[in-house]
Amino acid sequence: MQMSGAQMVCEALIIEGVQTVFGYPGGAIMNIYDEIYKQDSFEHILNRHEQASVHAADGYARATGKVGVAMVTSGPGFTNAITGLATAYMDSIPMVVISGQVPLSLIGTDGFQEVDAVGISRPCTKHNYLVSDLADLPRIMKEAFHIAKTGRAGPVLVDIPKDITAEFGNFIYPKDVNIPTYKPKYKGNERQIKKASEAIKKAKKPLLYIGGGVVLSNASELVRELADFGQIPTVETLMARGVMGAKNPLLLGMLGMHGNYASNMAMSETDLVISLGARFDDRVTGKLSEFAKYADVIHVDIDPANIGKLVNVDYPIVGDITLVVEKLIEQLKDDINPDNYKSWREVLNRYDNLHPQSYNDSDEVIKPQWAIERIGELVGEDAIITSDVGQHQMWAAQHYPFDRPRQWINSGGLGTMGFGFPAALGAKKGCPDKIVINITGDGSILMNVQELVTASEYKIPVINIILNNHFLGMVRQWQTFFYDKRYSETDLSYQPNFKALAESCGGIGYDVTTKEEFDEALKDAIEKDIVCFINVAVDRFENVLPMVPSGGALYNMLLDHKE
Amino acid sequence: MQKVRRVISVIVMNESSVLARVSGLFAGRGYNIESLTVAPIPESQLSHITIVTNGSEKVIEQITKQLNKLIPTLKVIEHEEMVEKEMVLVKFPIDANLSDIQALCSAYNGGIVNVGLDMVITMVADEPVRVKNFIEATKRYNPIEIVRGGVVAIER
Ligand SMILES: Cc1ncc(C[n+]2csc(CCOP(=O)(O)OP(=O)(O)O)c2C)c(N)n1
Repeated sequence: MQMSGAQMVCEALIIEGVQTVFGYPGGAIMNIYDEIYKQDSFEHILNRHEQASVHAADGYARATGKVGVAMVTSGPGFTNAITGLATAYMDSIPMVVISGQVPLSLIGTDGFQEVDAVGISRPCTKHNYLVSDLADLPRIMKEAFHIAKTGRAGPVLVDIPKDITAEFGNFIYPKDVNIPTYKPKYKGNERQIKKASEAIKKAKKPLLYIGGGVVLSNASELVRELADFGQIPTVETLMARGVMGAKNPLLLGMLGMHGNYASNMAMSETDLVISLGARFDDRVTGKLSEFAKYADVIHVDIDPANIGKLVNVDYPIVGDITLVVEKLIEQLKDDINPDNYKSWREVLNRYDNLHPQSYNDSDEVIKPQWAIERIGELVGEDAIITSDVGQHQMWAAQHYPFDRPRQWINSGGLGTMGFGFPAALGAKKGCPDKIVINITGDGSILMNVQELVTASEYKIPVINIILNNHFLGMVRQWQTFFYDKRYSETDLSYQPNFKALAESCGGIGYDVTTKEEFDEALKDAIEKDIVCFINVAVDRFENVLPMVPSGGALYNMLLDHKE
Repeated sequence: MQKVRRVISVIVMNESSVLARVSGLFAGRGYNIESLTVAPIPESQLSHITIVTNGSEKVIEQITKQLNKLIPTLKVIEHEEMVEKEMVLVKFPIDANLSDIQALCSAYNGGIVNVGLDMVITMVADEPVRVKNFIEATKRYNPIEIVRGGVVAIER
């Protein structure tokens, strides 16, 4: 069929089953926006900043498992999208971003709004394309979606010059993808899997170390099964919260810098780490030479480059978690005695009783941890929780009772403040039946606060709970601990009127200072079903504990901070 | 950890920006490039990139894995048993002792390839160590310019 390049882009999106596109128009991408105007197969959400468009597409992908799609214009539109690309790249999120580019004839001339999009985005995309011939466009669109969601998922950028979108050509959308140089490996090596299962049988103190890859591979059920019949103690990374379910007795908690005592001690004493889709991030391992010092390591990962990158691995298995765990279960099912690890479980239970995840509640002021627990009590399983970056993020990860994968959405790898609100918009578009709550800080929320307008216009009722400590709290905490309380540029006493700010954009605002008000506000917000800010005054100087100081060993935790 | 020198061949799709992907990976992840050559593979849509690098075994392993991860990469060969050659062009003033220069080049399997009004150009293609020795030896004839071609290698 003859059609313009712009039409081809829309057709491709429709064939790929895209229902929602987040974006922002501009000169170089106007032809595509003209076609968007003419069609009604998919919805376009006009965010009020390109960074928010990309985070929204990202949140949509994390909540649904589908490929998120965002669209931006050339130059500044594209550079605004970069933080979103890098955020998705670090957390392996399937996403396609389409950017307009100046016409081919102007590329390289420093034309108006020209920037080298493929050059800039190369290190923070899984792959990228500059379309230089209309004939390539259908194939490139097909490949972009394929690459984004297969293997280790990630964002793909398609940069399309304006003249290509205007040109007419024949549109045949390829049925299959044939990239001879790209063949991700899914099935783990059988011999390695067998060896690994033997190691599990022999181990006295095995530990399942669960990462975000389990969520991405939709393998949570299987992993629960594996843990369950072996009765193997389990720790989760920040990205894996929800995989095991908060009530699971085999779950010790989160490990790492703000992990709980039992989890970090388990990692320090285990004799066999079974790593599933985790990547030994420095926020998890602490001092590498002390990490899992007494253990052999089984490492299952879809990305061979992750294996052996930081720690030495005894049983490397490249493959998709789902397929590998299926095989592991087959190997172990009738052949593992849960009693083997009984004394190990008892040791870990003692650790947990010694220093459980806790905090000192107060009657005078709302403790941020209390607020998180309270949200959990009020909405629990029904909600999807997104977050920004800082103390509130860690408290949410520590204290929210996550019960299922994809319930917890946060920027783990890049740690992007400003992620939470737009990601919540995307999650709500993808899962309209869920309550979506962004747990945020008074610093982070301002980094994409313009999305109040988007949320109002499109009636996307996201609840933003601002744990307001009038500080860039996480940085303030480090200044308290390690910089002798020199609070350089972290005091946020000067604030907007958050209630009025939300209301000026068509949302609702609540100012909360007591527990009663907190309950009322949250219940009211759920009932009203309009975008809102719940501005919660919390204890200003509360710290996230326990804490493994940066670069320290996991077993050296600060459990308490006394003034 | 001890550093090792390694010659790596990367077979990639011959498409725009593929070299930028490869060199960008080295720059972005802090890997060394001692030399890099690239040319199309005859009668194919592929290019052959030869990289000489150094680093600890762990780093070298990451380099090959990261190179493999690039979408246009077909194959990465970490050379072990190989024939390795490098070419060098050296320009001398015409008043240098030409028969001495000719003899020196012959000793390194090379020769004079061009003679102009005021200069003579020689070429040598040999193992990288020998090329280095050759360049050392040319010094006494006051070379005007030395251009090295970078290493190419083929597995035996
Ligand atoms: C875009 C960006 N800039 C800076 C930082 C560094 N940073 C990490 S946490 C933090 C403080 C966040 O403050 P707030 O959002 O109020 O949350 P709190 O820690 O108080 O809960 C900062 C500045 C970051 N992660 N992202």
